Amino acid sequence: MARAVSTRTKVTNTAIAGTLGFMMFFPILWILVLSFKTEEDAIRAPLEVLFSSDWSLDSFAAVQARSDYFKHFMNSVIIAGGSTLAGLIIAVPAAWAMAFVPAKRTKDVLMWMLSTKMLPPVGVLIPIYLLFRDTGLLDTRIGLVGVLMMINLPIIIWMLYTYFKEIPGEILEAARMDGASLREEIIYVLTPMAIPGIASTLLLNVILAWNEAFWTLNLTAAKAAPLTAFIASYSSPEGLFYAKLSAASIMAIAPILIMGWFSQKQLVRGLTFGAVK
Amino acid sequence: MSTKASRTAARLMISPAVILLLGWMIVPLGMTIYFSFLRYNLLQPGNNPFVGWENYYWFFTDPSFSAAMFNTLILVGGVLAITTIGGICFALLLDRPMFGTGIIRIMVIAPFFVMPTVSGLVWKNMFMNPVNGIFAAFANALGFQPIDFFGQIPLASIIFIVSWMWLPFATLILLTALQSLDQEQMEASEMDGASWLNQFWYLILPHMARAITVVILIQTIFLLSIFAEILVTTNGGPGTATTNLTYLIYVSSLLQFDVGLGSAGGVVAIILANIVAIFLMRMIGKNLDA
Amino acid sequence: MSIKRTLLTTAVGFGCAITSASVVSADEITIATVNNADMITMQELAPAWEEATGNTINWVVLEENVLRQRTTTDIATGGGSFDIMFIGAYETPIWGAKGWLTPLDDFADDADYNLDDIFQLVRNGLSADGSLYAVPLYSETSFTFYRTDLFEAAGVEVPTEQISYTEFAEMAAALHDPDNGIYGTCQRGKAGWGENMAFVGTLANAFGARWFDEDWQPQLDSPEWNAAVTYYVDLMTASGPPGASANGHNENRALFKDGKCATWVDATSAAGDVRNPATSTVADVTDFFKAPMQATNKGTGWFWSWALAIPASSQKTDAAKDFLKWATSQEYFEMVGETKGWVAVPSGTRQSIEEDARRVEAAPFAPAVVDAILSVDPADPTLLPVPYTGVQFVAIEEFQGIGNYVGQQVAAALAGQSTVEEALANSQTFAVREMTRAGYIE
Repeated sequence: MARAVSTRTKVTNTAIAGTLGFMMFFPILWILVLSFKTEEDAIRAPLEVLFSSDWSLDSFAAVQARSDYFKHFMNSVIIAGGSTLAGLIIAVPAAWAMAFVPAKRTKDVLMWMLSTKMLPPVGVLIPIYLLFRDTGLLDTRIGLVGVLMMINLPIIIWMLYTYFKEIPGEILEAARMDGASLREEIIYVLTPMAIPGIASTLLLNVILAWNEAFWTLNLTAAKAAPLTAFIASYSSPEGLFYAKLSAASIMAIAPILIMGWFSQKQLVRGLTFGAVK
Repeated sequence: MSTKASRTAARLMISPAVILLLGWMIVPLGMTIYFSFLRYNLLQPGNNPFVGWENYYWFFTDPSFSAAMFNTLILVGGVLAITTIGGICFALLLDRPMFGTGIIRIMVIAPFFVMPTVSGLVWKNMFMNPVNGIFAAFANALGFQPIDFFGQIPLASIIFIVSWMWLPFATLILLTALQSLDQEQMEASEMDGASWLNQFWYLILPHMARAITVVILIQTIFLLSIFAEILVTTNGGPGTATTNLTYLIYVSSLLQFDVGLGSAGGVVAIILANIVAIFLMRMIGKNLDA
Repeated sequence: MSIKRTLLTTAVGFGCAITSASVVSADEITIATVNNADMITMQELAPAWEEATGNTINWVVLEENVLRQRTTTDIATGGGSFDIMFIGAYETPIWGAKGWLTPLDDFADDADYNLDDIFQLVRNGLSADGSLYAVPLYSETSFTFYRTDLFEAAGVEVPTEQISYTEFAEMAAALHDPDNGIYGTCQRGKAGWGENMAFVGTLANAFGARWFDEDWQPQLDSPEWNAAVTYYVDLMTASGPPGASANGHNENRALFKDGKCATWVDATSAAGDVRNPATSTVADVTDFFKAPMQATNKGTGWFWSWALAIPASSQKTDAAKDFLKWATSQEYFEMVGETKGWVAVPSGTRQSIEEDARRVEAAPFAPAVVDAILSVDPADPTLLPVPYTGVQFVAIEEFQGIGNYVGQQVAAALAGQSTVEEALANSQTFAVREMTRAGYIE
């Protein structure tokens, strides 16, 4: 920022933006507070809640006792990570080819791929459910890895494509002149340049897969159920449940929240398919 | 640079992705279209006879159908309006010099990472509950009657929750666009005595136009299939007040277990989504070329 | 298999070590359950069974409407995701007759289990074509919960006989004190055939209404339905809590236990929980009277039981049956009594438990509850003749869809989103549509 700004303006700006930011963040902060309260305190008036002195970990213990958090957490990790990795394995070559060996129809193919994202999931749930039943994939992690990979594949390809597009073709040609084979070209020249793009693609897709709540809820029962299913069991009260719901919510969103904060820059690019940098 | 050999190689590299996506599209889609012509209720196993267009007739004459179309429109339009306008305001604000930019940005962005189910449940119970919620506590403290959010203004409440989740997205993208604005141009216009409003209208807004289009396009893709937020808060009600097209299909195929009817709805939704898609694709395509 | 291994390995590479590969020694069964208090208790006590048998249980705990959707999808498609599911008096006979459930007739041969100890009426409700398809955890009818302290403070007389809904509305109005956080009455408003329509269904019965006439013609546009739903909306608007259209059984139970409701017509099975000082703030000041009547006293209290069944698609029938026996055995109920208090024992299942001195002492209301349950006649639920059985539901498979739709419409009327007339007219249109589609009527 070139212009000199008075401290007073900065303070005013900070105050306004800080207040608005706090309001946006407040719901998350609030469940964090409630998750450390007892159930009886959690339904009291907001100010009383804040100043009641009993802080406890009981809610976390209760949630863990009722629904094994770590099992669901591991399922989420495997499903989100697995689907992203599987997607990358298929998408990297495709995006590479489209970026460096563009054909007349490349653009159409890309458009078509993105249009498959438009299929409303509910429209095809029953067919997928029946296919899963017949192939024994219901309530398996491998099945969900497959479905979520397919759902996010268009986005993965698009993101990688926009990143690869920016790698100058001359470098490749220079490498080729030096007698590099295709394999060497990919390993020694392309990969180092592509790593940042691949990394941010991976981040965004892990987040999307982590939060996916339609397929994960409808295709799992117990064994493969990820955190979205874990949270679903708290959707209606049995007695006082605000503290437990808060604890469960915090446990479900914390990993991805932390991950998201670290990757916000890449997210902008990823989500806009490179249209905004 | 593309030799014949490399083109063949390229084709080979693209083909797994194309084949998978083609399969993913054709198999379930084909089954859905096929089911939509059958009398097929999960609760009445039998020989599922072919019934022609009957399911489509029943779907279009469903009393909830027009409501669902209307709600989908309002939901998508409402969230888009709030997040775009709000996002522009937030971006302008966050672009100004201040202390602790990093922390404030993190707070603003956080809601985007929250699972839809979690945000639905949290807003419903801890905030909008008319007896124990925070909003009710404030209303009572100020001497007002608490609002029964999901009874009195159900669709607005859903729009509010969804907007909360997508406002960070719009802000993030618009802020990134804003930061690439040419400062010298701004300063020059300032010297010329342009008012802030003029600057905004003639410099800032045109500069952000492309980012705004992108925000609208991408959000539309996701907003058309809003589901989890409705499921955990209102179940599409009261009545059909919060039933969107996605939820209506869910009701037909998984609450009435009428797969034929649900599939007909699915086909209709797919066609509608593709009309929107063609429109969106064109614009995204243009943006990418630019 | 190799793909799976590759994926799992890559997932490890992704940075998260998989700590334990599950070793399958004994059976691992999956149970789908609703998140009601008695089921949560079962989940807490189940490790005893797991230790005794070496089997392990995966619990899938869901909200009632979601549970129905998941279990029905699974069983109708033969998905086989669940080995045991909690289902009710509505689903069991229908699914049993279709061959979707494993018959449990051999339970009668087990002397230790003593099947005859389970009330005959309840067993009948869970049978089809003479075969037993589910065993009950608890059974219930509906009655009125009320707060003795609030009645006294407001000078409202506690009824000794079955009162009319008109009198009930006056009572609720007299008790209504929203400024002090007390609502005259809490009733179910959350849409769903098993939620608001359970109460509204019995209310409609009391007003002389019926779902269908003898020719299966829907009757939702009848004056009786109109009177009942109008009464319901007026009652809740005048004396109900805010946001009533979002409250189901569990929400109301939480409100009542928290001391916010003066009256509540709901399941007898909640009585133990509400009267349990460990879980309720109003345990000492709650008592019960009959659900009100109006034009008739027929069908004014519903009949329901939550029961455990084994889908025919389960591969682990033996382990599942063993769990069913354990979870509905005399020992189980005694265990609940010892650990959670005898007042919290699931009610309306076993005669021996209901007659147990410890139970009667801790829950003096229990015998009356059992009498009330056993006096319900699902085969004769309404003032006018009907072709169906079921008090608050109609035992045909189309009812789920119709009941849910009508439930949504009634919730809309309650929330003020539509008028009672509109709601019932829509309901009638929908019911006619569905019954036409199903071939009941032309």
